[in-house]
Amino acid sequence: MSAPAGLPTGGAGVVTPRVGHGLLGGVLRRGGGGGRRLFGRVRTFLFILLLTGISILAIYPFVWLLSASFKPQGDVFDNRLIPREWQWNYTGDPTPVAGDERLFALPDLPVLSWVWNSVWISLLAAVLVALSSALVAFAFAYFRFPGRGLLFALILATMMLPGAVTMIPVYLIWNELTLITGETGRLAFLPDIGVNTQYPLWVPNLFGSAFYIFLLRQFFLGIPRDLFEAARIDGDSYWTMFRRIAMPLAKPALIVVFIFELQAQWFDLLKPLIYLRDAALYTLPLGLKTILDQQGLGGGGEGRWEIIMAGTVVTVVPMLILFAIFQRYFVEGIATQGRKG
Amino acid sequence: MATVASTDAPGPPRRARRSLSGFRERETWTAYLFILPWVIGFAALTAGPMVASLYFSFTNYGVEQIAGFAPTERVGLDNYRQLLDDPRIATSLQNTFVYTVMSVPAKMAVALGLAMILARLAHGAGFFRTVFYLPDITPPVAIGILILVLFNGSVGIVNRALEFIGIPGPFWTTDPNWIKPSLAIMSIWTVGGTMVIYLAALKAVPNHLYEAAAMDGAGPWRRFFNVTLPMISPALFFTFIVLTIAGLQTFTEVFTAYFGEGSAGAEDPDAALMNVVYLFRQAFEFFNMGFASAMAWLLFAIIMVITAIQFVVSRRFVFYQGGDER
Repeated sequence: MSAPAGLPTGGAGVVTPRVGHGLLGGVLRRGGGGGRRLFGRVRTFLFILLLTGISILAIYPFVWLLSASFKPQGDVFDNRLIPREWQWNYTGDPTPVAGDERLFALPDLPVLSWVWNSVWISLLAAVLVALSSALVAFAFAYFRFPGRGLLFALILATMMLPGAVTMIPVYLIWNELTLITGETGRLAFLPDIGVNTQYPLWVPNLFGSAFYIFLLRQFFLGIPRDLFEAARIDGDSYWTMFRRIAMPLAKPALIVVFIFELQAQWFDLLKPLIYLRDAALYTLPLGLKTILDQQGLGGGGEGRWEIIMAGTVVTVVPMLILFAIFQRYFVEGIATQGRKG
Repeated sequence: MATVASTDAPGPPRRARRSLSGFRERETWTAYLFILPWVIGFAALTAGPMVASLYFSFTNYGVEQIAGFAPTERVGLDNYRQLLDDPRIATSLQNTFVYTVMSVPAKMAVALGLAMILARLAHGAGFFRTVFYLPDITPPVAIGILILVLFNGSVGIVNRALEFIGIPGPFWTTDPNWIKPSLAIMSIWTVGGTMVIYLAALKAVPNHLYEAAAMDGAGPWRRFFNVTLPMISPALFFTFIVLTIAGLQTFTEVFTAYFGEGSAGAEDPDAALMNVVYLFRQAFEFFNMGFASAMAWLLFAIIMVITAIQFVVSRRFVFYQGGDER
């Protein structure tokens, strides 16, 4: 490529004079200040118009959902964004007359417990996986030990494995634990762990997770080794070094892992579906599916869709709040994924 | 720790000597202690179950065997033969492929388009990025429910909108021909994460490449094909692989909308029967664990083959800057 001699060829912070026709101005992403051409302005306007239209498409389902959750049964599918008639579908009489049930007062369906189950299981699982993955990741980033390369390759390989392959034997392990820790089992003195308890949902997170180990290792590799060496010279143990230096520095990466896992747990339907039998133990996704199956008969106007919509809102909103708080980490975490891949 | 004897003596090659002496270092044992959680998890929840799954796929392990009423017997390749005999296996695989082929390229194209517009915006890109990302944090169960209500044939908003511009909409959620397209269209809604990845990749393309191309007289299209696409090809490739693998394992949205005890959507619709949905039903509704294990290995094999093909093909198209970043 033949740039005339003496002309700066751009790069970070270097302003390159514009050359060629007006059309080419478009290549400059932060297209210049005052000298912007009419074409650029029209184009920007069209872009904004297009993006606004797409934004409406992106937001519309949320608004539809929210407004439907405030409508009486007959109006759910009227597709009005502002309810013609408002109805509170969330709480109500715990012993309702048939046809007048509310979300948090559904007979036999402890929706409030589901919310609580989802909250504590997601939080616990996310904290555990962040800590355990960090421990393993730190070892792979800092220590040199025989078999390191091989073991790390193994971690990467497990990322490719579809969950379906291990799903059945892992279920059978938990099923076995149910028999052992159940009333007639040899270890009956232990609390019941196994199928139809919530342990299978979070206990695996004690052992780290391949993707998070990979992500955190990348982060630990970016911390200057001198920091650790200095701590060693000061006489810190490896554990202190990990806890006092590595972990605080890795806080942004740990938050990314935390929110990714929180989201994954909040989303998960498959595991609760496999392991939970009693309605009291359900998490929100399984609970919502149960409400849908119970109240959604007929698919159209006959079912109690206003309750289903209220339940969907309760499932969606906590994630929106989480996103509002941790937006930067969501976006940066995702963007990093692409770069490291 | 034992004192180390002199290792300076000539003899075994350096590498081996170093790795053996590694076991005498305190650091080594500390490292193993640190990775112990993963080692336990790998043995108990990945490697062990993989071996077990392979074994079960050659047995009749099922509900009677779990309960201990009947012995587990090896049945050779019966389960794998049944994969060929059961017409629903072919149906579910076909459904999964059709859905993946429809949704992945559409998602990538929309994400790239949005990312390119946002990358050129001087102001407000952050706002739109946030808005487009919002659908991505919607739980899949909620998305399954949204499919049922938005695409409802008689009262859904999609058909109302189509009516408005004079097109009679199909019965998306009950017509076997339209179930997968509606799933694919809905999947485009959650395009935000992919878009964010592309946006980051686009911003990393050095400006001087565009300027050089412009000076050489390249128009917008040539710049797109000769500068933008090669420079972001690693991100495209990454999302292509990840979206494909995810698409081939689609479960929650489809299961929510079309399967389960109620009949909110079409009644037991074979047209929506995805591979993992069928696997789940075989394993945990009918408890045919042996057969379901064979299904799981088939899925694994398919994913491996497709990913391998993607890797081979990508060698021609993916451009890694500096060469050593892979």
